[in-house]
Amino acid sequence: MVETVETVAPAAPGHAQPVHAAPERIARWLDVVRDPEMPALSVMDLGIVRDIAWEGSVCVVTITPTYSGCPAMREIAQDIEYALRGHGIAAVSVRTRLAPAWTTDWLTERGRQALLREGIAPPVERAIDVSGIARRAAPVVPCPQCGSSDTRMLSGFGATSCRALYRCNACREPFDYFKSH
Amino acid sequence: MDRCLFDFALRMGDTTLILSQQLSAWCGHGPILEEDLALANTALDLLGQARLWLTLAAEAEGAGRDEDQLAYLRDAHEFRNALLVERPNGSYADTMTRQFFFDAWHYFLLERLAASSEPRVAAIAEKAVKEAAYHARRSADIVVRLGDGTAESHARMQAAVDDLWPYTGELFADDANDIQAAQRGIACPLAELRGPWIAQVGAVLDEATLACPAEDLARHAAYRGGRQGRHTEALGPLLAEMQFLQRAYPGAIW
Repeated sequence: MVETVETVAPAAPGHAQPVHAAPERIARWLDVVRDPEMPALSVMDLGIVRDIAWEGSVCVVTITPTYSGCPAMREIAQDIEYALRGHGIAAVSVRTRLAPAWTTDWLTERGRQALLREGIAPPVERAIDVSGIARRAAPVVPCPQCGSSDTRMLSGFGATSCRALYRCNACREPFDYFKSH
Repeated sequence: MDRCLFDFALRMGDTTLILSQQLSAWCGHGPILEEDLALANTALDLLGQARLWLTLAAEAEGAGRDEDQLAYLRDAHEFRNALLVERPNGSYADTMTRQFFFDAWHYFLLERLAASSEPRVAAIAEKAVKEAAYHARRSADIVVRLGDGTAESHARMQAAVDDLWPYTGELFADDANDIQAAQRGIACPLAELRGPWIAQVGAVLDEATLACPAEDLARHAAYRGGRQGRHTEALGPLLAEMQFLQRAYPGAIW
């Protein structure tokens, strides 16, 4: 299943010629495109950009959705398109690919550090650990504020699908946990 | 048109869509804020999955319809959801028992669909099963907490289990389309899901100190038909609300 947001537009002002940059360079440009619901993370840190390639004169960026119902995906696709056009790429196509399914295992170390700085605890388990149906205790998640492991899950869901709500028993502060997925 | 794939995807899409719509009705009415958030997020996951299934159904049909037309412009007899998910929200015990029965079935089904011979089915399932696992663990936790809770919560949970149990039989009843889908490797026979489902549901009900009804109570034909388009009285009003905007203002977009 492929959903494509595709635009062909003149190069941005200041770029006389359409830009044809290497994928590695384009990846660095995408480092400033943020997840609108989680602005601490870039789309590269989140691990949703699966491929960057040129098809003729069209720059094709392939992304994978985080959760099936994540409402931020369309906005992210548009933000990617705007960012690349801002760098002078004339034709951008953002495609959605489902498989392999996104997992928090793909978060970069830099992304995990960025989450911590925002007061959001990064995933503590691997995706495989949370794949079964058997009931299990909520994972021990260190408090991003004070570092204590004496924390408690308050709710399996937080402000977005990807987060759970915890509270630290040591410093008494509530915090979001980016769930392993 | 690939009739078999169309029907299969439509049944998956309608079942997730209707349950999503039901759960959405709790938004702002949950017993506590955390539960409100949980149901809204579960509804969102199911809605995302429904969109993928209905898009696949539209592709298989090849008649120029899209996910929105399938969701908003069909009448009750054209819906193919299992009857279980259209049963009323009732109390929180009813909603969570319905969710618990559904989640366990959904998880075991998606686990099998991830190995589908149809790559589009496998891709959706591989993604959805991760969400379904989380839903299933959460609803099982709630069943244990409420079942093994107060006398009042226990009584309400047992009543909900007994009330909804007959509708679970349909989840494992293969018709001609299911058999064909299984032969083509698109899906597995639904009957094969009954074993793991009973094991999981039985164990959780046991821990919840709730009695698991006799299996044969779920075999009555009167509690089936949703997947063939024969619905209970609950679906019409649900669709009337869900489809209102597109019915009143055909083609409205924003």
